[in-house]
Amino acid sequence: MSKLEVNAVSKSFGDNEVLRDVSFSISDGEFVSLLGPSGSGKSTLFRIIGGIAQPSSGTVKLDSKEITGKPGSISYTPQSPSLMPWRTILNNVLLGQEITGSRDEHKALEMIERAGLKGYENSYPHELSGGMKQRVSFIRSMLSPQGLILLDEPFSALDEFTRLDMQKWLLSIWELYQRSILFVTHNIEEALFLSDRIIILSAKPASVKKEFIIPFKRPRDERILLSEEFLQWKKVIYEEMRQQDVSVDY
Amino acid sequence: MRSFLQKGWRPILVIVLLLLGWQLSTIILQIPEWLLPSPTQIVREAITGWSIFSGHITSTIQLIFIGFIIGSSIGIFVAIALHLVPILREAFYPLIIISQNIPTIVLAPLLVIWFGFGMLPKIIVITLVCFFPITIALLDGFRQSDRDLKHYMQMAGATNRQIFWKLEWPHALPALFSGLKISATYSVLGAVISEWLGASEGIGVYMTLASSSFRTDRVFVAIFIIVILSLLFFGIILLLEKGLIKWKPKEERERHE
Repeated sequence: MSKLEVNAVSKSFGDNEVLRDVSFSISDGEFVSLLGPSGSGKSTLFRIIGGIAQPSSGTVKLDSKEITGKPGSISYTPQSPSLMPWRTILNNVLLGQEITGSRDEHKALEMIERAGLKGYENSYPHELSGGMKQRVSFIRSMLSPQGLILLDEPFSALDEFTRLDMQKWLLSIWELYQRSILFVTHNIEEALFLSDRIIILSAKPASVKKEFIIPFKRPRDERILLSEEFLQWKKVIYEEMRQQDVSVDY
Repeated sequence: MRSFLQKGWRPILVIVLLLLGWQLSTIILQIPEWLLPSPTQIVREAITGWSIFSGHITSTIQLIFIGFIIGSSIGIFVAIALHLVPILREAFYPLIIISQNIPTIVLAPLLVIWFGFGMLPKIIVITLVCFFPITIALLDGFRQSDRDLKHYMQMAGATNRQIFWKLEWPHALPALFSGLKISATYSVLGAVISEWLGASEGIGVYMTLASSSFRTDRVFVAIFIIVILSLLFFGIILLLEKGLIKWKPKEERERHE
C-alpha cells in the first residue's frame, strides 16, 4: 500500500507554470529521493504536499485519505536547520510533539543520545556545529507524530566529510525507525547512496521525467560509493539529467 | 565591574576632561554665574538644594513610571493587534507614522486645554512618545520570524495561535527590548515636557521656575538629574533583558563569529 500518493498535481502562478502533471507515490517505510535542478519548483511541490498551498489541479493522498490543502500530516525538515534559538536542544526536539500531541521527554532523550548529542540536551542551538544542528532538526522530525518526513536538501550546507557522516547517520536512524522519507537533493551521489527509489524531475515546469529503483542492498556500506556498479548508476542518471540540459552536481 | 572599568575608562576620561575644561574656562574667562555656572557651583547647588529638589524628583519618577508602563503596554497591544489583523495594519500603519511627525511640544498645550492640569494629559504625552518605538520594533520582530520554521510549523498542523506564541512572540522579544530601551529614555523626556505645561511638582516645574529666575545653576542640576534618570531607567531595562533573554540573538552571534 502506498503511504503518499501525488496524483497529477499541477500548479501555475498566473502565466508561470511551475508544476505540470506531477505524479508519484511512496510506500510505507520507503526512502525516495527527488532529484532535480535547483529552482525546479521543489519548494512549491513541498508546500502542496505539506498542505499549505493548493495545487491548480490534482490531489495528494496520505494513507488513502485525501490531504490536498490540509496541513498537519507531514513533518518537514527545511534546508537550514531552523531551530529556535531561544529553546534548548531538548525543547527544540519536542516542538513537533507539542504542536499536535503530547511531549514524550523519555523518547526524546533516547533519540538525542542515539544521535551522539548526549550532554547537549540543555544547550542552546548557537553552541552546536552545523552538522549537530542538522541532526537535531532531523530528530525533531523523527519524533513528530506524522508518518511522512520531507527532507529538503538537508545536507547541502555541510562540507563533504560531515556530509558523508550525516548520510550514514541518517540511514542508521531511518533503518531503526522505518519511516517514509521523501528526500530532495540535486546531488546524484547522495540520492544513489540513500534511496530505494529515485524520481527525476525535469526543469521548469517540473514533471516526473523518469524513475529508477536502486538495487543496492541494505544496510548500505559506504564502500559501495566506489564500486563499479555505483559508478554505472551515476552515469545512467547523469545522462538522463543531461538530456534536459540542466546543471547538476556531478 | 573590572571589565566595566577596562572598557569604560575612555568615555570616563573624556567626561572628566570636559568638566575640567569647563571649570577652567569659567575661571579664566570670568563668566558670571547666571550665564554659565562652573561644575563645582552646580554640585554645591545640588547638595544644598537637595531638600527642595527631592520632592520634585519623586513626583517625576512616579509620573515616568506610570506613563512608561501604560505607554509600553499600549505599544505592545497595538503591535500585536496590527500583526494579527492584516487589515488593521494596512489601515493604521501609515497613521502611526504620521502621528510621530506631530511635535509633542505642539500637542501638549492642546491636551492641557482638553484635559486640564491633572495626571491625564501628562500620561497621554508620555504614552505618545513611548508607544511608537515599541510598536515599530515589535512589528519588525514579528515579521522577521524564520520563514522555514513557520513552514515547518504550518505543515505540522500548528494553529495560528501556536505559531504566534511558540515562534513569533519569542522571536520578537529582543526587538521588543530594543524598543523598550528607546522608550525608557523618551519617557523621561516626555515627563519633563509634560510638566513644563502645568504641574505643581516635578523636575519640569523646577526647571521652568529656575530658568525664569535666572538660576542657571539649578537648570543645570535639573539637566544632570534628567540624564541620570534616563541612564538609570535604561539600565533597569537592560538588566531585565539580560534576565529574560538567556539565548544569544542571531545577529549578535554572527558578529562574534
